[in-house]
Amino acid sequence: MRNIIRNGAALIAAIGLLTACGERPPIKTEQLGYRGTGMEQNVNPRIMAELVAANQAGPVQPAADGSGPLASEVYQNVQVLKDLSVGEFTRVMLSMVDWVAPADEKNCTYCHNNENYADESKYQYQVARRMLQMTRDINSNWKSHVAATGVTCHTCHRGQPVPPYVWYVDPGSGRENAFVGTRAGQNSAVTGLGITTIGHSSLPYDPYSPFLLGDMPIRVNGPTALPTGNRSSIQQAEWTYSLMVHMSDSLGVNCTYCHNSRAWASWEESRPQRSTAWYGIRMARALNNEYMVPLTDTFPQHRLGPTGDVAKVNCQTCHQGANKPYYGASMAKDYPELQGAKALPVAVPTDAAAGAVTDAAAATASAPTATPDAAAPAAAAGAPMARAASVRPGAAG
Amino acid sequence: MAEYQNLFTRVQVEAPHYPGVPHDPPGIWKRGVKASASYWLGRIGDAQIGPFYLGTTGVLSILFFIIAFEIIGLNMLASVNWNPLQFIRQLFWLALEPPAPEYGLRLPPLAHGGWWLMAGFFLTASVILWWFRTYMLARRLKLGTHTAWAFASAIWLFLVLGFIRPVLMGSWSEAVPFGIFAHLDWTAAFSLRYGNLLYNPFHALSIVFLYGSVLLFAMHAGTIMAVSRFGGEREVEQSLDRGTAAERAALFWRWTMGFNATMESVHRWAWWFAVLCTLTGGIGILLTGTVVDNWYLWAVKHGVAPAYPTTFQPLPDPATLPGAPQ
Repeated sequence: MRNIIRNGAALIAAIGLLTACGERPPIKTEQLGYRGTGMEQNVNPRIMAELVAANQAGPVQPAADGSGPLASEVYQNVQVLKDLSVGEFTRVMLSMVDWVAPADEKNCTYCHNNENYADESKYQYQVARRMLQMTRDINSNWKSHVAATGVTCHTCHRGQPVPPYVWYVDPGSGRENAFVGTRAGQNSAVTGLGITTIGHSSLPYDPYSPFLLGDMPIRVNGPTALPTGNRSSIQQAEWTYSLMVHMSDSLGVNCTYCHNSRAWASWEESRPQRSTAWYGIRMARALNNEYMVPLTDTFPQHRLGPTGDVAKVNCQTCHQGANKPYYGASMAKDYPELQGAKALPVAVPTDAAAGAVTDAAAATASAPTATPDAAAPAAAAGAPMARAASVRPGAAG
Repeated sequence: MAEYQNLFTRVQVEAPHYPGVPHDPPGIWKRGVKASASYWLGRIGDAQIGPFYLGTTGVLSILFFIIAFEIIGLNMLASVNWNPLQFIRQLFWLALEPPAPEYGLRLPPLAHGGWWLMAGFFLTASVILWWFRTYMLARRLKLGTHTAWAFASAIWLFLVLGFIRPVLMGSWSEAVPFGIFAHLDWTAAFSLRYGNLLYNPFHALSIVFLYGSVLLFAMHAGTIMAVSRFGGEREVEQSLDRGTAAERAALFWRWTMGFNATMESVHRWAWWFAVLCTLTGGIGILLTGTVVDNWYLWAVKHGVAPAYPTTFQPLPDPATLPGAPQ
C-alpha cells in the first residue's frame, strides 16, 4: 500500500514536471474540417482571454461633420487628406495623437512644428503623411486581404510611435565569412538581432527578407506525382516552413486553420482563409517595398535596424496574435476619412468574395478577383537568402 | 522457488573472470587480458568488464568517429562565438549544415558545407569500419554474422540519407544536417517538400516494422520472463526439448491470438522486423525525389488517398486568377 502511494506521488510529480514544460491545460479543440482530417483549432481559454484583453480596439474620436470647407482650402500644405472637411481632417489628426504619439508626448507637436503646422521639417511629419497614403491604399486596394474590416493607424501602432511588432533585416551572426561555425541563417536559439527565433525552432530565423521583402518562391511542392522538373530544395522548404510558423505565431492559429495537413499545397482541400493569407503575404511585401523601404532615409539613425534598414511589417505587425486584428472588430468602419480619397474616382475591386473569405460560414464560391494595383513588388535588393532553385511553371509563390 | 534456482536472478555470483575462447589476432593489436567487475553493471547485465579487443578496425573507427565528432562539435562551438555557456544553452539548436543547393555535388568552401562533407566522410568511414569489426569478430568467434547484417541494414539507411540519394539528386544539399533540432527540421521539411511522406508505402512499411519490432520485443521478453518460473529462460534447451514452459507460453499465445511463434522462430521474427525497418525505410527515402516527386499526388493517382467531403467552400488558387499579384 505504501508503495502504491509512493509510486502514485512520483507519477503525479512526473506529470507536473512534464506539463510545466508546455502549456498548462485546458486546451479546447474546435473542429474546422471534415471529421478525421485533423483540421482543428486548439484554443487555451486562459491564454485566449489574455490575447483578447490585449487586442481591444483603440480610442475612436466622435464622428465629424463632412460638410463645410475642405481642409486643403483652409490649411496650407495638405497633400493627402485634401478631400476631407476641416472637421473630418481635425478628427483624423486628433485620432493620430491618440493612436501614434508616444505616451509622454500626446500632442500635435510629436509630428508638427508648433510655430508652423505646415512645416515639413520633422521626420515624423513626413512619415505620417506617407503612412496616411498607405492606410488609404490598404483600405481601398487591398480588400482582398482586409475586406470591409479595414485598418487604421491603431491597427499596427496601438498607441505607440513605433508599432510594437516590426522587423529589421537580420544582421547575421557575424560569422558569415568565418573559417568555421557559419550558421546559414538558422540553427540558433536567438537571431542575429538577439531575439528568440520563430516558434523557438532552429529553422531559418529571418524568413521576412526573402519572402516579405524579396519574392523568393514560397511553394516547394511539385504539381505532378512523378518528377517533372521541380527542383525546389529541402533547404528551401525550411525557409517556407519558417514563414508559415511565423504566420501561425502571428495569428495564434494552427497550420490547419488554413491547410489540410495531408496536402499542404492543395487549394481544393484548403479553407478559404488560405486565400486571405495569400493576399496578406503580397500585401506585406508591397507595403514594405512601396512605403517602408523608400522611407529609409527619412528616418533618423536611431529608428533604423542594425544593418541601417527601416522598420518593416510582417503578419504580426497588424495581427498581434489574433486571427483577425482585434478579433474582427472594425475601427476603420468608424473612419470613412481613412477609406480612400472621396473626391477621386476610385476603382473599387469586387470585394464580395474577399469579404466572405473572412467568415468561413459565409464563404461563397465566387472567386476573389480583387486585383490590387500595388501588384509588382520590386525585387528586394537586399534579400540575402535567395536560393538556387529554378521555378517550375506556375510555381511562383 | 528459491531465487538462486532461476537464471533470471538478482544474485550476483563472484567467480574468476572468464577470458573467453582463445583469440590470437594477426597484426599489432593484441587482445587485452585484464578484466574487472562492476556491481552496478551486474544489476543490469554481466558484471564482468573486459578483456578488450579493438584491433585495427576498432582503433581506426574510434579515431574517425572522434574526428567527425570534433568537426561537428567545434563548428557548433564556433557558431556561438566560442562561448561555452551559449554552447550548452543552445546545444539542441546548433548544427553543421550541408552545402547550399547552388554547390550541387561540387566541393564547397569549408565554412559553407566543406566541414559537413568532411564530417560525413569520417563518420561514414567510422561506421563502416565498425561494421567490418562486428563481421570479423563474429567470424573469429565462429558465430553467424546475423548482427553484422542487421547493422548493415541500419548503415544502408544512413548511406541513403547522407550519400546515395544526394548523389542521385545531384546535390549535397539534399542530405541531413548534423544537429539535434536541425535533423528534425530536415525530416519535417523533407516530408513537406516531397508532398507528405506518410503516403510513401515504403515509409509505411518501415513504420510497421519499427512499431512491430517494439511489439515483438515486448511480447517475447514478457513471455519468457512470465514462464521463467517453469524454466522458460533456458530458451535453447526449451526449443530442443519442449518443456512445460514452452507449452504454457505457446498455449498462452494460441488462446490470445490463435497462433504462436516458437522458442526458436520468435528470434527470426524479431531479427527480420528490425532489419526490414531500416531496409524498407532506406528504399522509401531512395525513391523520394528520384522516382516520386509528390507522394500525396502519387497516392491520389493510385487510389490510396481517399477524397473527403469538404465542410467548407474552398477557393481557387489566387495565383491562377487573372491579374493576381505574384
